[in-house]
Amino acid sequence: MSILINKDSRVVVQGFTGREGTFHAQQMIEYGTRVVAGVTPGKGGQIHLDRQVFNTVEEAVQKEGADVSVIFVPAAHAADAIVEAALAGIKLIVCISEGIPILDMMRVKNYLRTTDSRLIGPNCPGVITPGEAKVGIMPSRIHRPGVVGVVSRSGTLTYMAVQQVSDLGLGESTCVGIGGDPIIGTGFIEILDLFQADPRTEAVVMIGEIGGTQEEEAARFIKERMNKPVVSFIAGQTAPAGKRMGHAGAIISGGKGTAAEKMDALREHGVRVVENPTDIGVCVREALTK
Amino acid sequence: MKIHEYQAKELFRSYGVAVPEGQVAETKEKAVEIADRLGYPCVVKAQVHAGGRGKAGGIRLVANREEALRAAGEIIGMRLISRQTGSEGRLVRRVLVEQGLHIVRELYLAVIIDRERECPVIIASAQGGMEIEELAQEHPEKIIKQHVHPVIGLTSAHIRNVAFKLDLNDVQRNHFSTLLAALFKFFMERDASLAEINPLIVTADDRVLALDGKVTFDENALPRHPDIGRLRDILEEEPLEVQASRFGLNYIKLDGNIGCMVNGAGLAMATMDMIKYHGGEPANFLDVGGGTSVERVKEAFRILLADEKVQSVLVNIFGGIVRTDLVANGVVNAIQGMELKVPLIVRLVGTNEEEGKRILQESGIPLITETDLSVAVKQAVDLAGKGGLSCRS
Repeated sequence: MSILINKDSRVVVQGFTGREGTFHAQQMIEYGTRVVAGVTPGKGGQIHLDRQVFNTVEEAVQKEGADVSVIFVPAAHAADAIVEAALAGIKLIVCISEGIPILDMMRVKNYLRTTDSRLIGPNCPGVITPGEAKVGIMPSRIHRPGVVGVVSRSGTLTYMAVQQVSDLGLGESTCVGIGGDPIIGTGFIEILDLFQADPRTEAVVMIGEIGGTQEEEAARFIKERMNKPVVSFIAGQTAPAGKRMGHAGAIISGGKGTAAEKMDALREHGVRVVENPTDIGVCVREALTK
Repeated sequence: MKIHEYQAKELFRSYGVAVPEGQVAETKEKAVEIADRLGYPCVVKAQVHAGGRGKAGGIRLVANREEALRAAGEIIGMRLISRQTGSEGRLVRRVLVEQGLHIVRELYLAVIIDRERECPVIIASAQGGMEIEELAQEHPEKIIKQHVHPVIGLTSAHIRNVAFKLDLNDVQRNHFSTLLAALFKFFMERDASLAEINPLIVTADDRVLALDGKVTFDENALPRHPDIGRLRDILEEEPLEVQASRFGLNYIKLDGNIGCMVNGAGLAMATMDMIKYHGGEPANFLDVGGGTSVERVKEAFRILLADEKVQSVLVNIFGGIVRTDLVANGVVNAIQGMELKVPLIVRLVGTNEEEGKRILQESGIPLITETDLSVAVKQAVDLAGKGGLSCRS
């Protein structure tokens, strides 16, 4: 078992013929993901990477039965691409694109609430169920199938944690990058809920960062609703207030959203918090042997 | 992106948010000319991207021409030092000259995005003028919050919910309502992330005006507002940060002595945290991003080393999609022809790692390669201030 995606997921790539879309679609196909079609408006009818290109996601759903979409279109068109996927009835939309204006995301998010679609991202590395399917841009080499669920707001920091978990022979059930923007489709709590219900997942790694109050809310959820061990690291313990640390969401404003607050909240609710990110793997192993 | 008060007020005016009459000046002569036209008393206000201007002597009420000349002469060219500027302060290049008004009340009004509720929120208070954070902490009951659902947008009901709590008379409330509607329209149409008026004043003749204006914009939305993008004043920003942004690098200068260069924002923050964990202080946040080219790595080094406080440099690259041999080439290329006076520790992990290390070792550049991140960080901390590696090898 796994969450969100598996070997049967039928993936359509939006922004298929672009540079990013082509490169990562190729990587996903090599990994064994069932990429069934691509979409680039105006290029319908072409064949790209041995797959049919369609003008609309709707066509890809009707003709190829796509149920997952991954978006590589430029920021200016990304919000529209998300809406298009939802209109076509795609169940899981993974938006890799970064730089979407916050007011656009606000409208999109409110629209998605009226649909059955789930959005992961934007500005995220995507989702991978090792050994089954990869829908995103993470390096597949570091992953191996296993029992640890990983959920994170960042990219390369997650890869570092995954590497530790893989090197220790634990492996991952599914890894989800939820994205570094202030408004994202799916938050920690929803992913934690899925991991709790997933029989394969035995422990969870949650990587947060400064800004917002998502981690604090997740802490309460973990205490009330989870019995699987959770290990957490929060990036940005040394970040100053008022400076945006790369991700649009990573900013301490009005004294809120500091790493210390988040770490305290998590500890209080029974989460194993590591201060040094190189200790994540070992801490998970400890949690699993107890 | 931040803008100046005078720019914010020009935008406010164009949307129908009432502001005092006034104009910006870059010389004291021009300032006096404006003051003469407006009539006395007037207010002369330093234009810098920092708060706390009043206490720092950057805002002066003047009663006549001589006072105006003196105030403008003293403020233009001064280094304004407030708790938001740091000890070196900010050079004042221009002043806003505004008509003096008979103020009877000071309120607070702002529109921001509520991240948790995922919609805009209007924040208001009958007590303006002071720090809103302090007021919110000490008297949370005095803060009015009205969320606005993005689908329905701002309605008269939202406005009434705010306006009737501010203890205004009928005339004042009408003026306030017009102003709030205009401010909200501005916020949404121009992709602002903050539009704050503190204080919002009520005058003796029942008018309601924005006495100050603080606006920031969503950087991600600037491509669709080129006119807003042109309001950027790079002289108000950290020069190294401006230089970095030209090369697509995300750099933020901090106060420590250990320079770091990392790929990915999360990993960059985590690397800074580890430096602190091992007893050091990071000199910067620097995310070189995903598509790391030789040119970018080169520029990143130039920026890192331009900070005179830097006493050791730590490069931490996790090559996922990025090939570490390409990064290694970038590092070598950047350092050749550059005098490296500080120890350099490079951690390259991931795709083509062995090739990357070989390139670094064979380059003849005095540097330390280390795979274990904890060890690499410790070395960067221990070697800080001990000079370049060449003299030790």
